[in-house]
Amino acid sequence: MTRGAPTAPRCEPIRPLLLRPAAKVALFAACLLPLAWLFYRAATSALGPNPAEALIRGSGDWVLRMLCLTLAVTPLRQLGGWPALARFRRMLGLFTFFYLVLHFLAYAWLDMGLDAHAIANDIPKRPFALVGFTALVLMLPLAATSFNRAIKALGATRWQALHRMVYAIALLGMLHFFWMRSAKHNFAEVELYAAIVALLLGWRVAKAWITRRSAALPPT
Amino acid sequence: MHFRPDRGFTHRNASEITPREAYERRRDLLKLIGSGVAGAALAGWARRDALAQTARPGKLAPLAAARSNVPGAFVLDKPNSYADITSYNNFYEFGTDKADPARTAHTLKTRPWTVSVEGEVKKPKVYDIDELLRLAALEERVYRLRCVEGWSMVVPWIGYSLSELIRRVEPTGNAKFVEFVSLADAKQMPGVASRVLDWPYVEGLRIDEASIPLALLAFGLYGEVLPNQSGAPVRMVLPWKYGFKSAKSIVRIRFVERQPLTSWEKAGPSEYGFYSNVNPDVDHPRWSQATERRIGEDGLFAKKRPTLMFNGYEAQVGQLYAGMDLKKFY
Repeated sequence: MTRGAPTAPRCEPIRPLLLRPAAKVALFAACLLPLAWLFYRAATSALGPNPAEALIRGSGDWVLRMLCLTLAVTPLRQLGGWPALARFRRMLGLFTFFYLVLHFLAYAWLDMGLDAHAIANDIPKRPFALVGFTALVLMLPLAATSFNRAIKALGATRWQALHRMVYAIALLGMLHFFWMRSAKHNFAEVELYAAIVALLLGWRVAKAWITRRSAALPPT
Repeated sequence: MHFRPDRGFTHRNASEITPREAYERRRDLLKLIGSGVAGAALAGWARRDALAQTARPGKLAPLAAARSNVPGAFVLDKPNSYADITSYNNFYEFGTDKADPARTAHTLKTRPWTVSVEGEVKKPKVYDIDELLRLAALEERVYRLRCVEGWSMVVPWIGYSLSELIRRVEPTGNAKFVEFVSLADAKQMPGVASRVLDWPYVEGLRIDEASIPLALLAFGLYGEVLPNQSGAPVRMVLPWKYGFKSAKSIVRIRFVERQPLTSWEKAGPSEYGFYSNVNPDVDHPRWSQATERRIGEDGLFAKKRPTLMFNGYEAQVGQLYAGMDLKKFY
């Protein structure tokens, strides 16, 4: 493969941009834009007749989008020959977690009035909510081990094994979204996200399979 | 002697002021008394309450109505704004997003319009909408509306009890249920092209449910004809049931012997039953029905309010379901 070699000319203008320190700052600011937009619309009463619902759903949409972006880093890095993209993976993953926490807080506060007892009763009763909550719980150790010292302490292999949990989180998130939309039999967006997630996870499965097969081949 | 300073007239409540529409009609009343039709005029005079009830938004043709005397016709809750009522609608024929109908329903043509009343009746008839409008005296009723999704509104409807129509078409002994069929015209309704539901939209009631005074055949809201997104030109309003039970833009009312299979039962039999009465004790499989969010009224951080049994209409409808297991017949 061409990976590592000074490759395709189409990448040349992008690569230096990705390596600039300002690129991280720009991405950080961009990731905060959805939050700013939600706040702005809430403050200007532009969220429609049911602002609570709009905030809960709006934050949920951004969890899925951030998750897709996070999962897209590795395939893009390897297929596009942009190794510099790896610099952004942690930030995207943490923003996924950030919007997931916001999504949960919006539900807990706007829907349940921060009543811990009511929340504890509500979540197990509804499979759809339970699946979403499970994804949040599974994401806690990932967020907690996102800094360099945690990676060192765990060792790269164990750290990577732990962080493969993100695939399960993605599937739980999709199930949560599918169940939510099934109320209206409105699956157009579910199908879109499912296709993206399937592509991103499918690429990994295919790659692992190919690697394993080539490793199993007798040396010639 | 002690005199209060002259501050002109003082009224304790704005509502005690005779509305302009009412006092302007006094002369008409006097004239009518003079011409010997005082009885008819008094009926009109009684309308001053209804006129005082809701200010017309001035968007559509006015629809005059008298204040209803039906028990349960007036909840004390504050009605939602016209803007909220007409911009947050579940009307899948115009799209599944609640903002869709307000955007897309302008393509619906509500004239000419006919409603075919048929099936197990002695006098089946295809009613022209304007004939149906004049079938009985129009009443204003302020009902709570509880959506199965967990939100609620308060709407000042205009219409008359469906029983007025039922009485006139004379159901036979075989008429055990009433089926409502909505228009499903892909040319006028962009949502009909989608496979969200099996069109046309079908709803149904047991005939005793359909016959209680609370079951409203509605033609208007807020003193005007129904806006398209609210189910123009004629719809049902059943305030003790989840909102989807109230069929919109009705073209057919059929009296049948067997329980109709409704659109939502067909789409999700484990989630939507034939009765679908508002019941805080029977949860939807995917969410609780114990509480609701009142659109427009409750602030963003306010706690949701408890949902009432039969949406607060237990006194009017409770006897219909006496002895029934409402967990089984949800």
